[in-house]
Amino acid sequence: MVANPFASLLEHGDPATAAGYVDHPPRMGFFTDTSVCIGCKACEVACKEWNHVPEGGLQFTGMSYDNTVGLGADTWRHVAFIEQRKRVGQQVTGAAADGAAPAESGIRWLMASDVCKHCTHAACLDVCPTGALFRTEFGTVVVQEDVCNGCGYCIPACPYGVIDQRHGDGRAWKCTLCYDRLGVGAEPACAKACPTDSIQFGTLEELHLRADRRLAQLHGAGVSDARLYGRDPDDGVGGDGAFFLLLDEPEVYGLPPDPIVTTRDLPAMWRRVATAAALVAGTVAVSFTRKAP
Amino acid sequence: MNETDVTKDGQRHVRPGREATTGVHTGPGVEHVPSAARPARGRGEQAMVPAAEFGSYYGKPIINQPVWESPDIPGYLFLGGLAGSSAVIAAGAQVTGRRGLARVAKVGAAASAALSTVALVHDLGRRGRFLNMLRTFKPTSPMSVGSWILASFGPAAAVAAGSDLTGVAPGIGAAATVGAAVLGPPLATYTAALISDTAVPAWHDAHRDMPFVFAASAVTSAAGLGMLGAPVEERGPVRLLGALGGAAELATERLMEARMGLAREAFDEGRAARYHKGAQALLVAGTLSSLTARRSRFLGAVAGASLLAGSALTRFAIFEAGLASAKDPRYTVVPQRARLEARRTRPSEGPRSNGDHPAAPPTGTE
Amino acid sequence: MGTSFGRGGATTFQQDLQNADCILIEGSNMAECHPVGFQWVMEAKARGATLVHVDPRYTRTSALADIHVPIRVGTDIAFLGGIVNYVIEHDAYFHDYVVAFTNAPTIVGEEFKDTEDLDGVFSGLDADQRSYDPASWQYEGGPVQAASGQREQEFDEKLREREAQGGGEKRHQPSVAAAGRGESHGSGGASVPASVKRDETLQHPRCVFQIVKRHFSRYTPELVEQVCGIPQELFLKVCRTLTENSGRERTTAMAYAVGWTQHSVGVQYIRTAAILQLLLGNMGRPGGGILALRGHASIQGSTDIPTLYNLLPGYIPMPHAHQDEDLDMFIEGASTEKGYWGGMRSYMVSLLKAWWGPHATEDNDFCFDYLPRLTGSHSTYETVMAQLDGECKGYFVVGENPAVGSANAAMQRLGMANLDWLVVRDFSLIESATWWKDGPEIETGELQTEDIPTEVFFFPAAAHTEKNGSFTNTQRMLQWHHAAVEPAADARSELWFYYHLGRIIREKLAGSTDEMDRPVLELQWDYPTEGAVAEPSAEAVLAEINGWDAEGRPLASYEQLNEDGSTACGCWIYCGVYTTGVNQAARRKPGQEQSWVAPEWGWAWPANRRIIYNRASADREGKPWSERKAYIWWDDEEAKWVGHDVPDFDPAKSPWHRPPAGATGAEALAGDDAFVMQGDGKGWLYVPSGLTDGPLPAHYEPQDSPFPNLVYPHQQRNPVRQVFSRRHNRYHPGPGQPGSEIFPYMLTTYRLTEHHTAGGMSRWLSYLSELQPEMFCEVSPELAAERGLEHNGWATVITARGVIEARVMVTDRVAPLEVQGRMLHQIGLPYHWGPNGYAKGDAANELANISLDPNSHIQEVKAMSGDIRPGRRPRGAARTALVEEYIRRAGITPETGMEVRGGR
Ligand SMILES: Nc1nc2c(c(=O)[nH]1)N[C@H]1C(S)=C(S)[C@@H](COP(=O)(O)OP(=O)(O)OC[C@H]3O[C@@H](n4cnc5c(=O)[nH]c(N)nc54)[C@H](O)[C@@H]3O)O[C@H]1N2
Ligand SMILES: Nc1nc2c(c(=O)[nH]1)N[C@H]1C(S)=C(S)[C@@H](COP(=O)(O)OP(=O)(O)OC[C@H]3O[C@@H](n4cnc5c(=O)[nH]c(N)nc54)[C@H](O)[C@@H]3O)O[C@H]1N2
Ligand code: SF4
Ligand code: SF4
Ligand code: SF4
Ligand code: SF4
Ligand code: SF4
Ligand SMILES: [Mo]
Repeated sequence: MVANPFASLLEHGDPATAAGYVDHPPRMGFFTDTSVCIGCKACEVACKEWNHVPEGGLQFTGMSYDNTVGLGADTWRHVAFIEQRKRVGQQVTGAAADGAAPAESGIRWLMASDVCKHCTHAACLDVCPTGALFRTEFGTVVVQEDVCNGCGYCIPACPYGVIDQRHGDGRAWKCTLCYDRLGVGAEPACAKACPTDSIQFGTLEELHLRADRRLAQLHGAGVSDARLYGRDPDDGVGGDGAFFLLLDEPEVYGLPPDPIVTTRDLPAMWRRVATAAALVAGTVAVSFTRKAP
Repeated sequence: MNETDVTKDGQRHVRPGREATTGVHTGPGVEHVPSAARPARGRGEQAMVPAAEFGSYYGKPIINQPVWESPDIPGYLFLGGLAGSSAVIAAGAQVTGRRGLARVAKVGAAASAALSTVALVHDLGRRGRFLNMLRTFKPTSPMSVGSWILASFGPAAAVAAGSDLTGVAPGIGAAATVGAAVLGPPLATYTAALISDTAVPAWHDAHRDMPFVFAASAVTSAAGLGMLGAPVEERGPVRLLGALGGAAELATERLMEARMGLAREAFDEGRAARYHKGAQALLVAGTLSSLTARRSRFLGAVAGASLLAGSALTRFAIFEAGLASAKDPRYTVVPQRARLEARRTRPSEGPRSNGDHPAAPPTGTE
Repeated sequence: MGTSFGRGGATTFQQDLQNADCILIEGSNMAECHPVGFQWVMEAKARGATLVHVDPRYTRTSALADIHVPIRVGTDIAFLGGIVNYVIEHDAYFHDYVVAFTNAPTIVGEEFKDTEDLDGVFSGLDADQRSYDPASWQYEGGPVQAASGQREQEFDEKLREREAQGGGEKRHQPSVAAAGRGESHGSGGASVPASVKRDETLQHPRCVFQIVKRHFSRYTPELVEQVCGIPQELFLKVCRTLTENSGRERTTAMAYAVGWTQHSVGVQYIRTAAILQLLLGNMGRPGGGILALRGHASIQGSTDIPTLYNLLPGYIPMPHAHQDEDLDMFIEGASTEKGYWGGMRSYMVSLLKAWWGPHATEDNDFCFDYLPRLTGSHSTYETVMAQLDGECKGYFVVGENPAVGSANAAMQRLGMANLDWLVVRDFSLIESATWWKDGPEIETGELQTEDIPTEVFFFPAAAHTEKNGSFTNTQRMLQWHHAAVEPAADARSELWFYYHLGRIIREKLAGSTDEMDRPVLELQWDYPTEGAVAEPSAEAVLAEINGWDAEGRPLASYEQLNEDGSTACGCWIYCGVYTTGVNQAARRKPGQEQSWVAPEWGWAWPANRRIIYNRASADREGKPWSERKAYIWWDDEEAKWVGHDVPDFDPAKSPWHRPPAGATGAEALAGDDAFVMQGDGKGWLYVPSGLTDGPLPAHYEPQDSPFPNLVYPHQQRNPVRQVFSRRHNRYHPGPGQPGSEIFPYMLTTYRLTEHHTAGGMSRWLSYLSELQPEMFCEVSPELAAERGLEHNGWATVITARGVIEARVMVTDRVAPLEVQGRMLHQIGLPYHWGPNGYAKGDAANELANISLDPNSHIQEVKAMSGDIRPGRRPRGAARTALVEEYIRRAGITPETGMEVRGGR
């Protein structure tokens, strides 16, 4: 029996199982709690150090303290900095916008460390024609650098803007969730380096519980802005292996508000492609059986 | 107050540091402390670390920019369509005994397939690893499917053209012609799935209509080529095809735009807008002139060239619109947010759809 | 800290922050500069603690704080003084603690006159000498000697007494400030005077409590608002938060770093904090204390085993050319009659034995004469002056980059350009190594390479990853690091460099009979070496620092040191780090396997104590003040002090112990004298001795400030600050003086997480450079509008010392403040960049003046006035011309800003 090739797009449940692993370790992932991030960028640097990711160029952007701009081939962890005229929780600060309504007053500086989401339904992996991208036994998504031919398909496929082609190298690169470290039972470099535990690594199951608790705790404490992102297994990508606690709308952090794995619509596309192909054949056939006007 | 005590026996009620909360322990007292100095002031009157306006991170794109380059990839979309449709026309001409048209179409199919392969390989980051495309077969990857189609189509078209030109092995040539004609339509249309199967708004949000636009455009271009190259007396079917294709391309494209939502606006920007306008003018001209170019060799050539160019520009316009829509976070955020809002107000709705149309829940390998 | 409590180190450890109920971070940007330590702040917050951050800018620390208070730079004494006033006014001090453990009840002599009486200065000011004579600050009933700080203040006194008794010849007595001795972050001992008068009702008009109360009564919330630009409501919120989280049941911790020290009154900032913490009863208790966040990885180590000119290892003062003619005289001057410094002779003799071994004998004063002698103050900035004056001819620049990192970078370079030779040891070609060919002065034409006489030698240095050794971190803890890789190419460790330099010099001098060469030839200089490059064994050095007895057995504690030369010890406070021959600093027992205090991770001086003065965590009777704040307590059954840490007290001395009359040293300490290093066993609210600029903190404006001093209207600046008016170091006019409006804004300099200090360790690294690629300035939207600055564009910043350019970051995080009725804009300048390296930019220190705190000789780089305009700075000679134009417009002369009294 031929396995349904779209199974991995459709099913809930464990992506490693869907990928055919039997007896595999639990799914591993990240819960990044941005409410305790201090923007130290240790995660960015640790990732680069460990994975020998090249420097991304010197550029003063004026985007607060973010001179890295976004995730890409040379940035697998990216710390976003957002300055807002808004308060975080009930913080009291004199550096406030006077005259504004209390809720509007104050300032806050949101910091968030972004990373590949290791989607349950990973578009990058689905569309990769070479099989360079693959699902690991930990449920993560990894590029095999010796297979990738730089076709670039995964790049526009990723709904989060994560994977990218490296200049001068031609291949696609992204976070591997430190596959090599996981293999020897070590924590990923970025999580290891994080001084405040903003990046929490563990089995996805446990992280989900922890995140739910944390959300309840923050809501209870009046931080009503807090929300989880990528936590929901019913979302458009089947939930993220790396999910987040955010203090504002996802797009404020450069994240899509409602991402959907593009290949979810692929069966429909194929149907229409087939119809269109039939139309081509039919039209041509008709044109040869008719007299021209 | 710290809930942990340092008792004689050690610490009591310890809590992990990752549970810190900010701004909630300020206790009773002033809630809102106005700064003595900073006056009220509106946003945006002074350039500064920009206040994160709705929906974006410093206006930076949400998705990464496609690294596909022009003319490689739009060229590939065009050439694939041209090759695929030409192969079908070649078979039709062969069957109906239009040897001149058949030769033009076969050569056209073979050459376009070859060129499109070149374009594809040229666009690879690691050209030497082109063959990795055939490492696996993945129905989830239009590029994988397409690679296999192209890899089978190319040799067939080449054999068909070679046999036709040299007269060698006509039997094999005929079989190859049929083979190419069978692979031609999928080759011409799979590219729609190729680009629609991305997160690029102007591509993905058009995924329902794109295959038809590409089908029409493929027919238009192949007909155009036939009109340019075939003897006047054999042009009848391709003139009809040209008119049909051109009109269909115009119509399906309109329909696609009408149904794709916000991303349509990307067709009004920069290069995409120029290509788009050019394509429409050429298609109108090509369609009309193919209808009237009954006897004139010249008019036929003009019509053929217009259709070819119009078809090509359609692909370039779609390609550029995709890039423009990827660059501006608005195209990603606004529809997604609207979708979220809609879901919020109609929470009971079933499985989520992607875009503003009800998508049937995918059910398997159709 | 040393003068207030007895030792100059952080009183607690970072992990203990987790127990605080409230943490006040002021004068530090802890999340950015101590991100790893900051996890303990987060830990405390997770458990419900409140975090208050007082900083002119909204920083990454503020982002996580519960309360952020923007403050005008240079006004923390007014702010903290305001809290002191609040605490006293509202009776919010921890009465029992204050009476038991502080000098609040002590009566001060009648001669003392406060700033209240003398219009902004204390009694004893000698305006000509720019110094105070502290004689009038004493307690009633006799002098008490400081445990650290300017210890020879009393020495002068003692010598005078001796002269009066005819015991000594007439001596030249240089002023205390000029002698510049004994800036100490260290460990001292107590001299307990026989007759300290106390009034435990705190009512006596001359008791310290009443003096402090009167002194700070000016510091009202209204005044704080006017001086600091902090709205009263916000100020009072902080007052309430601190007081609600202090006392018997709760503790508040404070953390500071160079946001407090880098001022011309920096030491007094910390003094104010010390007063506050003593009044609130937070010292020596879990979750309390003052955490001095120290900078470079082993900066604590480099004061313990000092790179300072005025100290020997373990805070033993450097002998002075005229005063300390022999060992006896030195010991008499430096030690105390009673207390732990009473052991000075054994520490000193053991040190000399460690250095000169068998050559050091009783007969030759244990080679005491071999030690170099001080002839005055030789702090780094004074050395620059000496270079410019042609007195200093050669210079080692090792592990620093003064051409970028020291105040008034131009002066640093010009000084080096006036040397015969310069040795630079660093990882890369830092600005201090290449100024002679591509420095700013070459560009402006002020210097020509051909004309510079200095011969510059550059040696590549090995990094800490390439060598064995120890770091002593902020909490006085030594941690050993092992070489992970061999140093590349010619790079060598400091140990290698100095050991072999010494070896070669000794070889060259071998056989010399010149008396002058004997100290070098007789030095014990025989460390085992290992490996291909003959690297000396760092562990052998540690063993020597720890010390050994006559049989060569490692010592366990400095109490074992002897005066007779039978023990050798390279640094008495580190004695015990190599006890039993085991490298205690290399201990790395995981946290889960030991108590939260983690005594088996590394080794902390003194005696592996993590919270010092921890006797104060228990009440007079030795019971923990509170059930939830138990740390060290008296165990009746065992009849000793027990608890979570090594008691900072004689373990067997009961809380009820009262010293017999005539007791000396530690014996003289009573069972409730918790501050065992202090002359009277008490925490000092009032410092009768040990500081050069007054027994109490007083708010003075920074050297360059556009605002008049509202607190003491007739005294603008710290009268005894150190100033050096030179051609390249001119000061700005005071407020109200003509030209002061030319520099209307306040500048402050600081660090970013992404870079390290003068950049030698970060600007050459691509991973760090890309994170902050360019010099920028942080300004408010209001200032940007006022001066036409464009976000992401360029700005030019100017002072009378120099001009730099920076990219503009317009941000709400720098809020303008209303100060004295006008809007003040502050400009933030990270100081990491220089013209070399991968990420380049102008150095903020081109703008800084050299004006120093008179105690610590630290430069005032946290607060200075300046101007800003849009666009890039001029190039070449036009750069100098612009500065000259400003000097002319502001009417600046050599006398500007040099006033001792007045100054407006
Ligand atoms: N990443 C990183 N970490 C470092 C260093 C580094 O270069 N990079 N350097 C290390 C060294 S050597 C040191 S000494 C420490 C220093 O550590 P910190 O003292 O924390 O560092 P700074 O950034 O110099 O200054 C701290 C804060 O003081 C504020 N400030 C300026 N003026 C005033 C004032 O008048 N009052 C108050 N209350 N605040 C003021 C500044 O806005 C700044 O936020 O950091 C160490 N850690
Ligand atoms: N404006 C302004 N100025 C300031 C300050 C401020 O806040 N504002 N802060 C002041 C403070 S607190 C400090 S600590 C100073 C720092 O100023 P500096 O000490 O002058 O600057 P660093 O860049 O830390 O210099 C250390 C150098 O040592 C090198 N190095 C590192 N390890 C080794 C080693 O093992 N061996 C050798 N030989 N070299 C080594 C590094 O490459 C680096 O170049 O700056 C001070 N200056
Ligand atoms: S986030 Fe993007 S790159 Fe990462 S797994 Fe999902 S689709 Fe792939
Ligand atoms: S670029 Fe590489 S990883 Fe991405 S889809 Fe193509 S082959 Fe796969
Ligand atoms: S998991 Fe590894 S590869 Fe991924 S961001 Fe963290 S350090 Fe980088
Ligand atoms: S290491 Fe942790 S705290 Fe630092 S920026 Fe990354 S996520 Fe934030
Ligand atoms: S650089 Fe070192 S000392 Fe500084 S915070 Fe990081 S780990 Fe601690
Ligand atoms: Mo420092």
